[in-house]
Amino acid sequence: MAIPSYATRGERLWHYVFLGLCALVFLFLVGPLLIIIPLSFNAQPYFTFSQEMLTFDPAGYSLRWYEDFFTSRAWLGAIKNSFIIGIASTILATVLGTIAALGLSSRHMPARGVIMALLISPMIVPLIISAAAMFFFFSKVNLAQTYLGVILAHTALGIPFVVITVTATLSSFDTTLIRAAHSLGANPTRTFFKVVLPLVTPGVVSGALFAFITSFDEVVVVLFIAGPGQRTMPIQMWSGIREQISPTILAVATLLVLLSMLLLTTLELLRRRGERLRGLTPG
Amino acid sequence: MNETLAEAGEETAATIEASSCFARFVNVQKSYDGVELVVKGFNLDIHRGEFVTLLGPSGSGKTTCLMMMAGFETPTHGEILLKNEPISGLPPHKRGIGMVFQNYALFPHMTVAENLAFPLEVRHLSREEIKRKVARALAMVRLEEFGDRRPAQLSGGQQQRVALARALVFEPDLVLMDEPLGALDKNLREEMQYEIKRIHASLGVTMIYVTHDQTEALTMSDRIAVFNDGVVQQLASPETLYEEPENAFVAYFIGENNRLVGEVVENSGERCRVRLDSGETVLARAVASGGAGSRTTLSLRPERVDILVGGEDTDHDNRFHGEVMEVIYLGDHLRTRLRVCGNDEFIIKTPNAKGHPALTPGQTIEVGWSWGDCRALDA
Repeated sequence: MAIPSYATRGERLWHYVFLGLCALVFLFLVGPLLIIIPLSFNAQPYFTFSQEMLTFDPAGYSLRWYEDFFTSRAWLGAIKNSFIIGIASTILATVLGTIAALGLSSRHMPARGVIMALLISPMIVPLIISAAAMFFFFSKVNLAQTYLGVILAHTALGIPFVVITVTATLSSFDTTLIRAAHSLGANPTRTFFKVVLPLVTPGVVSGALFAFITSFDEVVVVLFIAGPGQRTMPIQMWSGIREQISPTILAVATLLVLLSMLLLTTLELLRRRGERLRGLTPG
Repeated sequence: MNETLAEAGEETAATIEASSCFARFVNVQKSYDGVELVVKGFNLDIHRGEFVTLLGPSGSGKTTCLMMMAGFETPTHGEILLKNEPISGLPPHKRGIGMVFQNYALFPHMTVAENLAFPLEVRHLSREEIKRKVARALAMVRLEEFGDRRPAQLSGGQQQRVALARALVFEPDLVLMDEPLGALDKNLREEMQYEIKRIHASLGVTMIYVTHDQTEALTMSDRIAVFNDGVVQQLASPETLYEEPENAFVAYFIGENNRLVGEVVENSGERCRVRLDSGETVLARAVASGGAGSRTTLSLRPERVDILVGGEDTDHDNRFHGEVMEVIYLGDHLRTRLRVCGNDEFIIKTPNAKGHPALTPGQTIEVGWSWGDCRALDA
């Protein structure tokens, strides 16, 4: 951001103050992560930087907490559970959410507002209330303390993200494309898979990623519904930090940060590809 | 409305049997809300290879008729026939009608060649055949080089050509066009008009074309159906529509037109004498005017009005004085606004050529026209 040549002294000053403020906000958001990452390579079982680490002595660093993570049955079990529940609930939420969004975007849909509000409600209602309600209901139908129960609960939490992102994509979708496909001889099924789906894919994918992340770091619902067999990563971290203060949690946190960055990068690349396909930017 | 519906029902049954045309609208009515008819009893016979235009202002029902033919809307009443078969039971994708949309509706995630291949893949043609037909279609619209581009990388005119090629590539007998040139600038539009005309002539395909642009309709069509208010006002060739409009709407909608309003004094069947509201009497051709005492609108084309330079003259049955209000220079001709018979929107056109008097505002001149060029229409 260049300062224009006509800027007054006050404006110049404000420009640098503004840059400083931006840096502070950025530090506030990213700082904790920046501290966690080097700490996870600590050779000592403490949550502080040792003298060796500060002088960049290789002896101060080790991968022992990563090793600990990858050899611990509790942690590996938790990460496996997180992926099982996350992937299953993402698939369910994506399919159901996409279908719902397609239906809601039809111009013949009655009571659109009410249905939309109902579908979005898991995002708005306080999580603890949904969780308690699901706990009582799932207990009655023998879904509590089962994988299916947790998966269904996370599906409900993930659907709003898919509905919102797909609806947003559909709002810029040109419905004459559907008519064009019909006039060229494509039946409704073929039209959906060849014309509608490829064009709304960016929305579907970003919705799916949000749904996955929601499930992946969800604590409250899992606490209520999961049994010991369905212990997920966030639960393991939560109990880990309370029961056995071990820097393994720092290694796990670093791995999760990497995973999030990977997912966000995928999202951005897909978005750009989608824009190119829709012809928004020349490619 | 119930009465008209019942009436239409009997007619439908009677007329379907006698049909032998390529495509037919038989007493088609359409209402979106069940109360107001957007299309009221539309009848149209289209012959094989014909270029028919549905022309009318927006909201006149012309696009609705096209959409009913394509299958995207269902007629509330009446029947549409294609090759003597009623098609109301066929979904759009089984009708085999090519369609060009106003906004082109090219698939943005496919290349030009993939767009053209789409209708052929649907029809399970072999790969070589698809390749051959796509190449031929691209050559037809002179876009051989552009097969690998995406629609967004093409200009508006090129996109329109692709849309045209896509609607023709699967060799439909009938192609519908919904204001396909509306989004193009003037020069490109004229170029595309000739292009479409050329393709129509070379393929012999039947085309139904919807537009609100009368110039487009006049230059391209074999026949034009002028729509207004859900009703066809006149169905005729471009020449007939322009030279012999049957009612005041058609006269007003097609080409420029001077209107004089008055009352019929005497009607001999062919000629009539009309007393204008401003007091003058005009001799006109009785077309749609009633008997003596009825109100009428006289329609007169600007180019049929001559400036008289004195002397005896037998060509002009109607001679009046006019005051020049405004002269507009249009290059090849001059458009002059006069006050004649109390109407100060009276337009005449004079070629910008030697021998024509230069007019200046404020000047009074004498104008005249023969009775046959002045058509007495409905009020």
